[in-house]
Amino acid sequence: MNPLLKARNLTKLFGKGCSQCLEQTGPDQETNLCPRCGTVVACADVSFDLYPNEVLGIVGESGSGKSTLVRMTHFEWEATSGELYLSKDVLPENLARQLADEDDPYTQNLLTLSSFQQRQVRNALMGMVYQNPYLGLRMNVSSGGNIAERLLGAGWRHIGKMRDRAASLLEKTEISPARMDEPPKNFSGGMQQRVQIAKALSNNPQLLLLDEVTTGLDLSVQARVLDLIRSLQREFQLSLLVVSHDLGVINLLCTRTMVMKYGRTVEAGLTDQILQDPQHRYTQLLVASRL
Amino acid sequence: MLTVERLSKNFDVHILGDKRIAGCRQISFEVNEGEFVALSGPSGAGKSTILKCLYRTYLPTEGKVRYQNQEGKEVDLARADERTVIDLRHREIGYVSQFLEVVPRVPALEVVMEPMLSRNGTNPEEAREQAEELLRSLMIPESLWDAYPATFSGGEQQRINIARALGWQPRLLLLDEPTASLDRDSVAIVLNLLKELRQRGTTMVGIFHDKNVMRATADRVISVGTARKESHV
Repeated sequence: MNPLLKARNLTKLFGKGCSQCLEQTGPDQETNLCPRCGTVVACADVSFDLYPNEVLGIVGESGSGKSTLVRMTHFEWEATSGELYLSKDVLPENLARQLADEDDPYTQNLLTLSSFQQRQVRNALMGMVYQNPYLGLRMNVSSGGNIAERLLGAGWRHIGKMRDRAASLLEKTEISPARMDEPPKNFSGGMQQRVQIAKALSNNPQLLLLDEVTTGLDLSVQARVLDLIRSLQREFQLSLLVVSHDLGVINLLCTRTMVMKYGRTVEAGLTDQILQDPQHRYTQLLVASRL
Repeated sequence: MLTVERLSKNFDVHILGDKRIAGCRQISFEVNEGEFVALSGPSGAGKSTILKCLYRTYLPTEGKVRYQNQEGKEVDLARADERTVIDLRHREIGYVSQFLEVVPRVPALEVVMEPMLSRNGTNPEEAREQAEELLRSLMIPESLWDAYPATFSGGEQQRINIARALGWQPRLLLLDEPTASLDRDSVAIVLNLLKELRQRGTTMVGIFHDKNVMRATADRVISVGTARKESHV
């Protein structure tokens, strides 16, 4: 089986950058701040493959670059350098023709596309759920309206059909369709997160990016959101990129896991191996720090 | 089917000042297809470490684990890439430990059905029937079938664990003290189930703390080294 998504050497610098930035930062240097020019090296040379129907975890403390990685993959933040390729099979035909040579199973480097094309790719197959529902939702627009907005972006035009779709998505994420005309600001944190998931699923994405989706929720609410994600993943055979600092979440959802520190991947492997036989000093500390 | 060659595992614990703990050292043995092999040795000799290296929950430090897969192709489990290991775990190799490790908030019956559905592609009704039969033969009361195993007693959890591991009839099954927390009657039932599984062709490598159980089930016993040694690198 071939990867759905291939990321190669993703790098993101905040600052003007210099020739020393990558050498002077990282887990060995214990900093992501270049001592010479003051640039923040948020992410450096990070590569990964994501397979169809696979759940890949990215774990690390805040500031390790895991969210940066996801934002670059979602084309929200422009990468300083790096490459991102998608399997042609998952793209609609017209996009596949535009973005890939006929005999190449992968697209060209998506990071060099125009922002219009990147938006097309995103609308065609990506969904994103943020830790902070304010980033993923318009709080003052009705929940149904939030979903309709994404459907419009994906080319839907019929209002009745959009309402039906929104109602069925909300039902899937355990929100009563009777409340679809209420804005998310009226909802609890767990409900907001579920509306966000419904919105992210509205374009039938193959690839769902989850950035600390359960952080800050009550334990029982957290469990419900995680169970929902698990069942949706199975039902729709989604590929998931799960960013979390919580090893419990990673253990529950992910088959493979990458560990990040100071913008670098320090270790990657099977999730049970990462948790029971961690190799890197930092991973050992992380595992030993579990409650 | 399985050839272990000079397998060693050290744990380098960086957060304890690079302390090196020896898990197992220079282990070699062979397992033929259809055989039931038991690993025996004192506590701390590294028996569980060996099983976890075979399943790749532990990354072996040195040596080879040559496994002949269903298609007759050889894979070195010690070095195979993660996708290959995931694939083998999904299709051929099962592991059952003395502790129940399942997804929380899933009813017992579904815990047992899940591998049959996802790995064998059994249809849901058939999987349900087989799972019910297994739970019945393992004396799990019907009233518990739709409850969450996390709330069960130790012995019940262990039997759910075994039902889950046996139900999908893996080609190779690794057993780490599967009968450790069971009473005598349950042990007899489990051993019977293992016997049935073997008759259907599953090869097994197991650890049993009870010498009588071990002798009653295994074709062959392999002795594993002496107690654990520690050093600093």
